[in-house]
This record gives sequence, structure tokens and C-alpha cells, in this order.
Amino acid sequence: MAVRVQREDFDLGAELARLREGRTDIGALVSFTGLVRDLDGRLREFELEHYPEMTARALEGIEAEARARWPLQASLIIHRYGRLAPGEQIMMVATASAHRQAAFEAAEFLMDYLKSRAPFWKKETTPEGAHWVDAREEDEAALERWEERR
Amino acid sequence: MTGTTTRALDLRYFAWLRERIGEGGETVETGAPTVRALVEELREREERYALAFSDLRAVRVAVDQELADLDAPIGNAREVAFFPPMTGG
Repeated sequence: MAVRVQREDFDLGAELARLREGRTDIGALVSFTGLVRDLDGRLREFELEHYPEMTARALEGIEAEARARWPLQASLIIHRYGRLAPGEQIMMVATASAHRQAAFEAAEFLMDYLKSRAPFWKKETTPEGAHWVDAREEDEAALERWEERR
Repeated sequence: MTGTTTRALDLRYFAWLRERIGEGGETVETGAPTVRALVEELREREERYALAFSDLRAVRVAVDQELADLDAPIGNAREVAFFPPMTGG
């Protein structure tokens, strides 16, 4: 039940340990970590812009929706902004539930929604210059499967 | 026209919309009832707005920090933001 938007890096292991600290009712803990990808060694700079007054609220709304749909015992979203280097962690989600199906599905749901409903924009600079990363049609399509299951 | 009132509205621009317009935000005097009408006013102001808003399919909108569509009423909102499709995650 937490959302953090920050410039600094995060410690995945420490975050997961904190999430289940002192609890014995959690049976499944799922996490996803997004990284700055540089497939061909040409990425010079990577920058994430966001809408500070809206970002946390948007993420909290997405998290609340996941908690309404699945019996989650704990959840966490951390999303970074600013200039990042190839290989760095961009964001993470974690979901905890008594059983794995809810934890897996809720984590996927969080990822699908924050891909195209959280106000972040990625800018990449290669030797050819800087460009804003286009939203992918698949990301929008990924939301439809959750709409159908509402 | 009679009865037309305008008021101050904060605008925010992000990503390539910010770059094309050349600033991250501004306050405008407008009487536009909807976001679409506001975009029309901006387009007529200067070439850089016309360029930024040339393809509205590539523009997303938030009214008071909630996602909205172009035909959303502005009502008593304090802030309208324009940006490209989001690429979080």
C-alpha cells in the first residue's frame, strides 16, 4: 500500500524484505523491475520526465484499482524520474497475497496500467540525436484484456 | 459577443509538446468551455502552438491532474495539461 516517486535508486531486496516484515500470512510475493535497456550499445542518455503534481496520485489510483480486484495483503510501486544510465533500475512493483495467482495477476495489471496511464515520458539520446520514445500500440491493447474482465 | 467571461487558467506542457511550445507552462486568459475549444484558441495564437497541436491523436490531456478527453468541459478547473501518450514502466 505504498507509492513512491523518486530520483534515487532503490534496493529491491530491502524493499521486498520490508514488505513482508513481521508477517506470516503472505504466501506469495511477486515483483517486477523495469531497467534501462540498451540493446545495441548506442544509448548515450536516458531521461524520464514526469508530471510531479499528478504522478503519485495516478499511481495511487492504479494501485487502489488493483487492490479492489485482487485480495492483496501488500503492494508497492516505486518509479524513478530524471536522468538514468543504461542498466539502471527505472521502477518496480511488488504484490503480496495468500496465493500466487492473485499476486501474479495484480502485478501484471499494475504494469499494464502504469505503462500507459502514469504520466511519465521517456527520452533517449543515441549518436543520431534525441527522441521521445513512442507509446506502443501493444501497451494500449494490453489494457483491453483487463477492461473485458471488469 | 455578450456575456462572455474569461478567467485565468494554468496550462502545463510535457515532453515534446513542451519542447515544441518552448515552455513548460503558462497562465492564459480564456473563456473556452472545453479543452478542444482551448486548443483552437492556442492554435490561432502562434505558429508554435499550431505545430504542437497539429495532430490531436498524439495529444493526451489532464484536467486538474486527472486524465480527461479533448471534449471534457473545463468548468472551474485550475490547470489543464497537454502531453503525448505516456510511456511509464
